[in-house]
Amino acid sequence: MRARSAGRSLGAGGRRMADAVLFEFLHTEMVAELWAHDPDPGPGVHREQRHTRVPTATCSASASCPPGCGALCVRKGQNMSLSVLEGMGFRVGQALGERNPAWLPPSSSPWAPQAWPGDPPASAWPKCLPLPPRLSRETLAYREELDILKFLCKDLWMAVFQKQMDSLRTNHQGTYVLQDNSFPLLIRMASGLQYLEEAPKFLAFTCGLLRGTLCTLGVKSLVTASVAALPACKFQVVIQKS
Amino acid sequence: MSRPTHRRPEYRKINKDLFVLTYGALVAQLCKDYEKDEDVNKYLDKMGYGIGTRLVEDFLARSCVGRCHSYSEITDIIAQVAFKMYLGITPSVTCNNSSRNEFSLILDKNPLVEFVEELPAGRSSLCYCNLLCGIIRGALEMVHLAADVTFLQDRLKGDSVTEIGITFLKKPEEKKYRRKK
Repeated sequence: MRARSAGRSLGAGGRRMADAVLFEFLHTEMVAELWAHDPDPGPGVHREQRHTRVPTATCSASASCPPGCGALCVRKGQNMSLSVLEGMGFRVGQALGERNPAWLPPSSSPWAPQAWPGDPPASAWPKCLPLPPRLSRETLAYREELDILKFLCKDLWMAVFQKQMDSLRTNHQGTYVLQDNSFPLLIRMASGLQYLEEAPKFLAFTCGLLRGTLCTLGVKSLVTASVAALPACKFQVVIQKS
Repeated sequence: MSRPTHRRPEYRKINKDLFVLTYGALVAQLCKDYEKDEDVNKYLDKMGYGIGTRLVEDFLARSCVGRCHSYSEITDIIAQVAFKMYLGITPSVTCNNSSRNEFSLILDKNPLVEFVEELPAGRSSLCYCNLLCGIIRGALEMVHLAADVTFLQDRLKGDSVTEIGITFLKKPEEKKYRRKK
């Protein structure tokens, strides 16, 4: 499957930097090339699913897979390609994070009290009393996490894709959904429902990239992606608590 | 979190790093998949070819190169415009023969190998940057120029410079070339 001509990409979302284009083309070739090494999925592929997810866990059922199954039901071969791409993205994300120590959040200790506007300084708080509820350890951890996710949505996305993430939602319990309405690696493919089945291949590397960057920032996570209609996609980040 | 909102130079650096690191991950993966260096080289060239056939359109849309009248002009454009645009370097060009269809690009700096100190053990004939040869070959073919593009020298293999050789395979026609707009 060929990507569309360069003329198209110059319209949607503006012209990307020349070196960004190089990464995009390399990514497309990688998806095509690494995919070619594995056999086609057999009849077990769940074609009715409108939301195809990049799997980190496979569903072992075949025809009897329940409709709400989040994992893409494929034969082992196809799954290997997605995890290979994801693994590469992970290593690149880690390396990017390591080469950019300025990315680390300002306070390296997650337990450092973050003063809210209007709070008395920490030194004024009697040490014998517990911190007020909104500065509890859990809240601090989540505020830190949220800052990290916001950083991914703004700075990382800007550096890698020259745009910010369109929306970030969270349940405040460690699950975040990052939505990009015009994901650059999908824009060249199609819009709407055409090639929906191909879309996960183009998201695997980026899932790994997110997971790798988070890893360098000290956050263990599981990242999956889903596409309802190209070129919009959602990345789901679930923080793993050890 | 107080952060400056515009950090353009850093974004560009990260974007460059992204390409170089991704390329490194790709080479590492291909080395895992293929035992023979020739196979890895071949795949890198093939992938580069696929990229080149599409990159040339992007290049022509961004640059405003006019018509070229000779192989030497074309090679100059590859070195001074294309390499500069995409990789930020300007290789020097030498002509290797009197019939003026064999040229060399001498790469003083090579951003693709920024994080590579030496070739992996047991991979002494790996052409780490073979993607570049494929890209040049694919791009030239899309403008109807057949060429052989290979690495003649490689710093990673112990040579003093990195040299890409371009051999144009057909004689120029009487008509001037038309560039795609």
